[in-house]
Amino acid sequence: MISLEHVLVVGALLFSIGLFIALSRRNAVGVLMGIELMLNSVNLNLIGFARFVEAPRPIDGQVFAVFVITVAAAEAAVALALAVAVYRLRQTIDVDRLNLLKW
Amino acid sequence: MEQPAVIVAFYVLAGLTLLSALMVAMVRDLIHAVLFLILSFIGVAGLYVTLSADFVAVVQVLIYAGAISVLMLFAILLTPRSSRDNSSVSYSAPISVVAGLIGATIVYVALNTEWAKTADSSDSPFENTAAEIGKALLDPYVLPFEVASVLLVIAMIGAIILVRPGNEEDAS
Amino acid sequence: MLDTIPENAVWAIFFLPLASLLVILFLPRSQATAAGVVAALCIGAAFVLSLWALDSSLQADGHPLSFSSHEWLNVGDVLEVNVALNVDGLTAVMLVVVTSVSFLVQIYSMGYMKGDGGYWRYFAYMSLFTASMLGLILFNSILMVYVFWEMVGLSSYLLIGFWFHRPAAAAAAKKAFLVTRFGDLGFLMAILLIYVHAGTFDIAAIQDLAIAGAIGQTVLTWFALGVFAGAAGKSAQVPLHVWLPDAMEGPTPVSALIHAATMVAAGVYLVARMFPVFQVSPDAMSFAGAIGGLTALSAAMIGVVMVDIKRVLAYSTISQLGYMMLALGIGAYVAAIFHLFTHAFFKALLFLGSGSINHATNTFDMRLMGGLRKTMPITFITFVIGSLSLAGFFPLAGFWSKDEILSDAWAHERYLFYIALITAGLTAFYMFRAIFLTFFGEYRGGAEPETGAVVATLSNQAPVSTEPGGFEPDPVQAHAAAGAPHTAPEAHHGPHESPWLMVLPLILLSFPAILAGFANYNHDIEHLLVGALPEGAEVAEPTFRMGVAIAATIVPAVGVILAWAIYHAKVISAESLARLFRPVHSLLENKYYLDVLYERVVAGFLFHKALGGALATFERYIVDGAVNGAATSVRQTASVLRYLQSGQFQTYGALAFSSLVFTTVLVLVLSPL
Repeated sequence: MISLEHVLVVGALLFSIGLFIALSRRNAVGVLMGIELMLNSVNLNLIGFARFVEAPRPIDGQVFAVFVITVAAAEAAVALALAVAVYRLRQTIDVDRLNLLKW
Repeated sequence: MEQPAVIVAFYVLAGLTLLSALMVAMVRDLIHAVLFLILSFIGVAGLYVTLSADFVAVVQVLIYAGAISVLMLFAILLTPRSSRDNSSVSYSAPISVVAGLIGATIVYVALNTEWAKTADSSDSPFENTAAEIGKALLDPYVLPFEVASVLLVIAMIGAIILVRPGNEEDAS
Repeated sequence: MLDTIPENAVWAIFFLPLASLLVILFLPRSQATAAGVVAALCIGAAFVLSLWALDSSLQADGHPLSFSSHEWLNVGDVLEVNVALNVDGLTAVMLVVVTSVSFLVQIYSMGYMKGDGGYWRYFAYMSLFTASMLGLILFNSILMVYVFWEMVGLSSYLLIGFWFHRPAAAAAAKKAFLVTRFGDLGFLMAILLIYVHAGTFDIAAIQDLAIAGAIGQTVLTWFALGVFAGAAGKSAQVPLHVWLPDAMEGPTPVSALIHAATMVAAGVYLVARMFPVFQVSPDAMSFAGAIGGLTALSAAMIGVVMVDIKRVLAYSTISQLGYMMLALGIGAYVAAIFHLFTHAFFKALLFLGSGSINHATNTFDMRLMGGLRKTMPITFITFVIGSLSLAGFFPLAGFWSKDEILSDAWAHERYLFYIALITAGLTAFYMFRAIFLTFFGEYRGGAEPETGAVVATLSNQAPVSTEPGGFEPDPVQAHAAAGAPHTAPEAHHGPHESPWLMVLPLILLSFPAILAGFANYNHDIEHLLVGALPEGAEVAEPTFRMGVAIAATIVPAVGVILAWAIYHAKVISAESLARLFRPVHSLLENKYYLDVLYERVVAGFLFHKALGGALATFERYIVDGAVNGAATSVRQTASVLRYLQSGQFQTYGALAFSSLVFTTVLVLVLSPL
């Protein structure tokens, strides 16, 4: 049978994979993919908590997940627009070449 | 609803999700990475169903597997001269260590915390999640709901302004 | 008989001048001439309310009226300051003095300051001063007294430096501020000391504790000396008196109100307010008496040789303040405040009179005056009344109060009696010297109005060195130069009587200058003032001594006759006298060289060279060293650490998550789940 710990472990693994992708991709869109995976793992945790944890209003966890999805959509739209804008300026979206803000 | 089928489905879907996520990191082509990402999103949506969050699962498919993935594909296609090889930065080895440590820490905490679980976890606490979420959004969460709509409008306007042609001339 | 004054009315006394200040500040500049009317109306209303307060206080036998207490400052359990209004006999007398003199001076100023570029600013400052002075009198907490004490000092600074474009005025304002600060430091330390030992700022509580013997004798002595230091600064007692003569650079009505009648009396008021505390400490009492006596005598001696009429009056003020301190020092509390009361009127009268003379002659130098008796009859008569009152001739106001002081001095401290008597003679001498030089003899030309003034100032105090006979003969040019719209052109052919706005206050002030002495005829003021003291305080009983009264009349008379003989009849030549006593004369002319001492030795060497040099060394090597060292170490650390800022957000992310792991592990190790 499924229990909360199962869900949390899946979430943790998904999160660390997402983190690895977000920190290691060279392409900005790749970075964004990692971030989306991390957000997904957070949502998975929220849904898991909503399902298994005692709460006065259990549906709150799912509502929260809906909000996270909303914000993620907005974030993805802006981030991808940024990537396109940066590409127009520099003809690249490789983040290791976008390092103007250094010492 | 705690049938063996659900348990099997959970494990299969979890495996699918994690594997696809790993593939996102592994594959050589960025377009392929997006495809595996979509698969992973669908896996998560399936996990939501096994956790009796059917409404969120639908939203997940619509927004993540649908909209966001398409946005990513567009972004890739609109940046043709950028690298498409899904390559890593030079220091990906220490980053994998950090990511592993984070995962280990979270797993440790998740397994060793006394969660305030419901007494009978075999049955779902939800009857009809869409209706309940709708009520919650319009009663206790009406203000965040409205703020979210404002946020979406702003994000939309911001994205339009960012990619509008004419910025080019300003820049050059 | 009126009802007892309600609390709101007392608050109104305090807030009316403040309201005047605000109204004047927000007056449109085109209506700036209304400032004088606003100020006079507000302060006039405060005066009427003060009379009501006096009436209530008389009905209460001078005992404090009870008003509710308000929380003003509350810092946890550490500090709690409550303030309440305090209206007792002493307050009531002071209220009437301050508001009445202030009211008349405002009216006078409307004439005197007419056409001045800073007309509205002047009345704003005057309102601020009046409000601060009333606050100083009205509140029961020594902390509030200190607040308003400093505000009074501030407004005095602003008004002395009112004509700030004149370097002498700016310097005088600075001097007044700095010198009084020395005294204020003592006052502040006294407040802190008494708070540590008594645990309260409430004046009545401090008095009760002092009388009950709950505070140690040494503490009380130091407290009293600190309060006295503050009072000596504000009331221009030796050796902190040097600022007051210079303060005459301010407009003359300011001198009349602040530096003669009210603010300088604040020191005397403060000592009187703390009188029960002083009484517990005989050392502080005799110190105050000695300083008072020294001040009275030395200032009077300087007054004899001054040629600037305002400076004569300034030294006379110092001398009279010394008188009051002397009286407090021998325990003659009633006599001191009574003298403060009468002095306020006749000294304001004299100063306003000197302003009127200046208005006519454009100078304060008595060597350039003379013969004004015929052209300025009202000023002449009122000035003589003021002088007679100051000299203490029967039955004018000054006689009664001065006689009480002398009588008490005779009974308590014989040596102070003789000092006071000699001072009285000197006072009569220099006042009548001033009168003979100013109003008798031939007119010696005055001075021409200052030309090309940036701000059209009416009372152009020409430098003392101006040659006689340099009076501007062309009326049109003089008229334009002085920017004096109110003076008819022909007036500049010679001195003339001042406009009625200036003469009226002179006439009004001469009534109290004549009659104020009778206020204590039935011991009314005595009842009031004694009622203000807490139970258990002893007061020297004022008694009338015929012998003292006769001596107090004969000695000034001798002074007047000498002045007549030297400066009017010229039986004795002033020049040959000056030659005969050359060392003494130059010592006095140079004010005992105290200014030189302060400027050269104290300010120039002690502060500038020694203290300043030491501080500069400390600054250069220790403060700068620490600052530069900190900067260098930061720069060197940063030159290494800055390579962390790679511009790669992914390294930042990696670092952030590593530290998250680190902290989480740390927390888990320290407190396992």
